Amino acid sequence: MCVANTGKILSIDSEKNNASVDFRGSRINARMGLADVKVGDRVLVHAGCILQKVSDEQYEEWVALANEIENETEEA
Amino acid sequence: MKDLKEIISFLKEYDGEEIRIMEICGSHTGAIAKNGIEAMLSEKICLISGPGCPVCVTPSAYIDRLIELSLESDTTVVTFGDLLRVPGSRESLREAQGRGAKVKMVYSPMDIIGIAKDSPDNKFVFAAIGFETTTPVYALLLDTLVKEKIENVKLLTALKTMPEVVDVLCSGGAKINAFIAPGHVCVVTGSRIFEPAAQKYHLPFVVSGFEGEDLLRTIYLLVQNKGEGKVINNYPSVVSYEGNEKAQALVEKYFTKADASWRGIGNVTGSGRLIRPEFSRYDAGSAGLEYDEKKNKACSCDKVIMGLISPEECPLFGKICNPGNPQGACMVSPEGSCNTRFCMG
Ligand code: SF4
Repeated sequence: MCVANTGKILSIDSEKNNASVDFRGSRINARMGLADVKVGDRVLVHAGCILQKVSDEQYEEWVALANEIENETEEA
Repeated sequence: MKDLKEIISFLKEYDGEEIRIMEICGSHTGAIAKNGIEAMLSEKICLISGPGCPVCVTPSAYIDRLIELSLESDTTVVTFGDLLRVPGSRESLREAQGRGAKVKMVYSPMDIIGIAKDSPDNKFVFAAIGFETTTPVYALLLDTLVKEKIENVKLLTALKTMPEVVDVLCSGGAKINAFIAPGHVCVVTGSRIFEPAAQKYHLPFVVSGFEGEDLLRTIYLLVQNKGEGKVINNYPSVVSYEGNEKAQALVEKYFTKADASWRGIGNVTGSGRLIRPEFSRYDAGSAGLEYDEKKNKACSCDKVIMGLISPEECPLFGKICNPGNPQGACMVSPEGSCNTRFCMG
C-alpha cells in the first residue's frame, strides 16, 4: 500500500492545488500540498498525492561518497 | 561501491554466519518476489517478511465497524480496493455488499471530496488505513475538508507507525539480524526514525528502493554491516535524514500519537495515530477498535506477520486458503506474504 511512482510535472493548476504528472506517457492528476514542487520536477506520487521531489543530485552525491568510502576501505 | 556483478556473486557465494533479514514493507515483499531475489542469495541469507502490509495488520474489529457504517441508511464507505475482501470476524465488506452494504472504491483518498460534493445529502466514510507514508495524505484530506467546510465526510482510521512495532519484533522470537527499512515510510519520516532501534538492538537498517538492483545492494550492505547498530540510506534520491518536514507538520496538526491494535500482534503502545480531539467531528469512531477474532481459527496470520513461520507452514495455505477464498488478511492483498508466496511461488 505504500507504493509510490515517479513521474514528471507537466503543468500546475495552483487554484485547484493539482499538478498534471507524466508517468511514461500517461498523464495523471496529482494533488499538491505535501511538498514544494514546480513544473519540470521529477516527483514521487503516492495515493494520488505528490509526496516528495526526486533529487538526482542527492543520489549522485551519495554514489560518489559510497565510492570514496569503498576505495578507502580497500586501500586500508 | 561494488558494481552489481560483484554484489550478485558475493550474495550467491556468501558462506559466513547465517543472517536473517526482515523486510517490513509490503511493497518490498512484492518486489523481492517479482525480481526473484531469494533465488539469487546463498542459503545462509534468509529473507523474512514482517508486518509491512497495512491491510494484513488491520484487526477484525475495524472491518466489523466499517461494515456497520456501510449498512447505515445514509452512509457509504469509501476505500482502496484491497480492503474489500479482508475478513472481519464474520464477513468481509464484499460479503456485506450482498446484504446492502454501500461501498465505493477509489484510487486516492482525495477522490472522496468530489463524491461528497456531488451528494451533499449523503454521508461518506473513508477507510483510512496505512503507515507513515499514507498518513500525510489523510492529513491533506482533513485539511481540505476543514478549509472547504465539507461536513458530510468522516474518516475511520487504523493508522500505524513502524518504530514501535519494530521494537516488538526485535524482542520477539524471530531472531532477526538486520532490517530492510521501508523506503516510502522513510520519505516522510526520514531515515532517522530507525536509529533508536538500530542502536538499542545493535542491528543494521538499510533504507531501500524497490528495484531489483536497489534490493540487492541493500542486502549486500546489510550483510556487510551485520552486528552494527546503524542506519544506512540506500534510497537517497527521495529519502533524507530528516524526511519531509512539511508532511510531518501537517500530520502533527491533525493527528495525535495513540496506541494501536495490530492483527496477529495485539495492542502496541504508541504505534498508531488518531485524529486530534479538536477535529473529532471528522472521526467515525476509530478509537478502541481492538478485538481481533479470526474468521477461520486455523489461520496462522499472527505467526506469519511476526516472521515466526513462512506462509507454506500454515495448514490452510494453498488448500482452503487461496486468493479466491482468503481465510486470513495475508492472502488478500498483493502485498500480503501469503498472497505473494501463492501467486509468485
Ligand atoms: S495461508 Fe491463509 S490462513 Fe494461512 S496464514 Fe496465510 S492468510 Fe492465514
